Amino acid sequence: MQILRLKETVAFMGYRKIALVFSALLMIASIASLATNKLNFGLDFTGGTLIEVGFQQAADLEKLRDVMKSNGFADAKVQFYGSSRDVVIRLGLRDDVKAEMLGNEVLEILQSGTGQTVDMRRIEFVGASVGDELAEQGGLAMLTALICILVYVAFRFEWRFAVGSVVALFHDVLLTLGLFSVLQLEFDLTVLAAILAVIGYSLNDTIVVSDRIRENFRKIRNTEAEEVINISLTQTLSRTFITSITTLLVLAALFFKGGALIHGFATALLFGVFVGTYSSIYVASLVALSLGISREDLIPEVIEKEGEDQEALMP
Amino acid sequence: MLNKYPLWKTLMVAMIVAFGALYATPNLFGESPAVQVSGLRGVEADAATLDTIKAQLEKSKLTFDSIALEKGQVLTRFKNTEDQLKARDVLDDFLGKQFSVALNLTPNTPDWLAAIGGAPMKLGLDLSGGVSFLMEVNMKEAINKAKTGMVSDFRGDLRNEKIRYRSVKEDSNGVIVIFRKVEDLEAAESLLKKRYRDLLLNTDDDALTLTAKMTEAKLKEIREYALQQNITIIRNRVNELGVAEPLVQRQGKKHIVIELPGVQDTAKAKEILNATATIEFRLVDTEGDLSNALNGRVPANAILLRDKDGRPSLLKKRVMLTGDHITDAKSGFDEYSRPQVNISLDSAGGSKMSNGTKSNIGKPMATVFIEYKPTDKRDAEGNIVFEKVQEIISVATIQSRLGKTFRITGAGSQAEAHNLALLLRAGALIAPIAIVEERTVGPTLGAENVQLGFQAIMMGFGLVFIFMMVYYRAFGVVANLALGANLVLIVGVMSMIPGATLTLPGMAGIVLTVGMAVDANVLIFERIREEIREGKTIQQSIHQGYEAAFSTIIDANITTLIAALILFAIGTGPVKGFAITLSIGIITSMFTSVVASRTVVNAVWGGKRLDKLSI
Repeated sequence: MQILRLKETVAFMGYRKIALVFSALLMIASIASLATNKLNFGLDFTGGTLIEVGFQQAADLEKLRDVMKSNGFADAKVQFYGSSRDVVIRLGLRDDVKAEMLGNEVLEILQSGTGQTVDMRRIEFVGASVGDELAEQGGLAMLTALICILVYVAFRFEWRFAVGSVVALFHDVLLTLGLFSVLQLEFDLTVLAAILAVIGYSLNDTIVVSDRIRENFRKIRNTEAEEVINISLTQTLSRTFITSITTLLVLAALFFKGGALIHGFATALLFGVFVGTYSSIYVASLVALSLGISREDLIPEVIEKEGEDQEALMP
Repeated sequence: MLNKYPLWKTLMVAMIVAFGALYATPNLFGESPAVQVSGLRGVEADAATLDTIKAQLEKSKLTFDSIALEKGQVLTRFKNTEDQLKARDVLDDFLGKQFSVALNLTPNTPDWLAAIGGAPMKLGLDLSGGVSFLMEVNMKEAINKAKTGMVSDFRGDLRNEKIRYRSVKEDSNGVIVIFRKVEDLEAAESLLKKRYRDLLLNTDDDALTLTAKMTEAKLKEIREYALQQNITIIRNRVNELGVAEPLVQRQGKKHIVIELPGVQDTAKAKEILNATATIEFRLVDTEGDLSNALNGRVPANAILLRDKDGRPSLLKKRVMLTGDHITDAKSGFDEYSRPQVNISLDSAGGSKMSNGTKSNIGKPMATVFIEYKPTDKRDAEGNIVFEKVQEIISVATIQSRLGKTFRITGAGSQAEAHNLALLLRAGALIAPIAIVEERTVGPTLGAENVQLGFQAIMMGFGLVFIFMMVYYRAFGVVANLALGANLVLIVGVMSMIPGATLTLPGMAGIVLTVGMAVDANVLIFERIREEIREGKTIQQSIHQGYEAAFSTIIDANITTLIAALILFAIGTGPVKGFAITLSIGIITSMFTSVVASRTVVNAVWGGKRLDKLSI
């Protein structure tokens, strides 16, 4: 079976202006949203207390809010979580001395306030310093990852590819952050992990394409760089699609079956894989092309190497 | 011959997969509820303990599956949780305070598997239920204490050598001594230089001052010691809680991670962990005027403190003894059946106590209880501000010269005496700590997470399985075999690595690996198709497909691995779990999708004359 049967080379790079405008618009929109809406940071980064409780029957949110309010927690955010029997209560950082005891206190309030047996599902408390540290570490991790990858790709390929792939990664991360900002989805540690996984995935795609471009530059002579890139993209297109499909399949399983805790994670990856696929076709190659990648840059210094793998073919 | 592996290579691949499968099997046997009895305070559970437990359980007509002595703990397995809970209550009542009785889930790994080191994967707290805390050590306070110690050491040294000084004070970076004469300053410098090699001394002849700063190495040592001491103390406290398999571990420079699986009553755990207490013994200042002090005119060498009923006392500023010399504290009753606390000191503490009390017999001595309560305020450097709460818990007349052991009476009720003894025994902290993060997962959510994660893995696996089979037919089956082997290897490796825990994000990592692991096979298969289209023979196409795709696969996987390793390095808890499964998955998938799948392909199609390929 074959989904894509391409007889002729697709002139991918012919559409580069459209791609450029498209990407630029999305990136600007993401930056704008990040600047105005910001990210809806989760507990991990803001600090505070979160209590998830389970009720026997569907919970009455209004009543719960009243109960919280009458006990001095007017700022409590009460929401359903996953189902109508699960409720999440969020509290900001307080000046009370025993902030870490809040969770237990709220549990007691709910128990006595509703007269129902309340099942403690989860309590999370994050102090202010931890939140700041995590945010700092998270940002640092992303930067380190990008730099390490830049170095590796530059070492294995060529600096133009390295710049191309890092620009593509930056593009993917920015758009994913943009999505979380526009939709105001909660951004927590698992989402950060997902974004790092997106970096890994997108890079995977980019490397496959770059690898083929390098190979074709060596094989096909007397052809324009643009054409070589088009040929390479066409050749790898089928693989790009299949891998995206299998990854999207498992992510769909995760999104629908993984439960509410994994939702943010799955969302970030689902979107990231879409963007990552697009960016490995357009962004990375486009940047390399614009930087003037040419055959000479990729010809290995030791020419004999080309003959080496030929010999292995002999029976 | 093209596409034929020598037999040893095929066997080796089969053996690696079989090895992984073997170590993955302990996960199939499940767990049974157990009660774990371990000794406290130096007591070890032994064969005699086992016998008493056995007898007691039989007396209570509780049936158990097995009972065994393992690593100084008696582990009793039960058929169901009901019996387990009953047994816990029975044993807790019967064994008393020398043993801690904890509920546990013990894997039912068969003996022969356990003998070769087989064990199921460790589940993270988000899957097993339980609580994890992150505690922060107040390093500033540790440094301050060291400075206070320096001040009194300097005073003692100078006095002993009869060097006259105007004052010894704490300074922002250390201690500053002010002299009256240059000769004294010089004498002091040569004395202190000899005695304290880890201090940087600076003198100013005009201002007649000597400043002593701690070296960076010394500061580091203090911080390290504060962290280590806290870890030791927390271990003790955690042991008092009676939790099976607790984890107390340092994280970074000033944090401690505490994981208590299965603990539901987090309030109690927090109280015990949070109770940062130390004790100081000071003489009561009998010469100072208390009423003047109450009006704000506290004498320079005294401090004003109150007891728990608010009654004030004037105490000498000089601390006779600090709590870090306490080696043991027990609650009991004196001859009049009043609650008391018996305290034992180390030898340095003993001689300090003896020196401090010998000329003060008949005078009152106060025991001051100091608690550092964390507030939510933070200083400029982002460290938690601790509120120092000092309370006089007893004022007793020194009856005789005190030594290494002595007792305090009047600590209140028996319960209070017991509580105080527990806190003292758990140790006197040189630096207070505070909980800065808590994550508690209830047992229902934990079980749900396991189920959800498992379902997601199965569904993801199933979807990819069907897709690959439809798309690549016979080769799809090969890819699916590789995928299955990969899953088995991930579980096997996770079970083998002692520190690896499976978390919910970790399960997500496995799902993701399933999706991405087939990528290598997709790359290879697409390449084979291409080669066939270009008119190469089938065997050449297979060979070329694997060869050409190899470097691409390596490059692509190494970069993903870089991202995963960075995540591992900075991540904590669940996120680390994700990084672990992802990293393991990447490595095993390279083996299964390149080497293992090639082995199958070579065995089935290799070396034959083929006109068509089911790909």
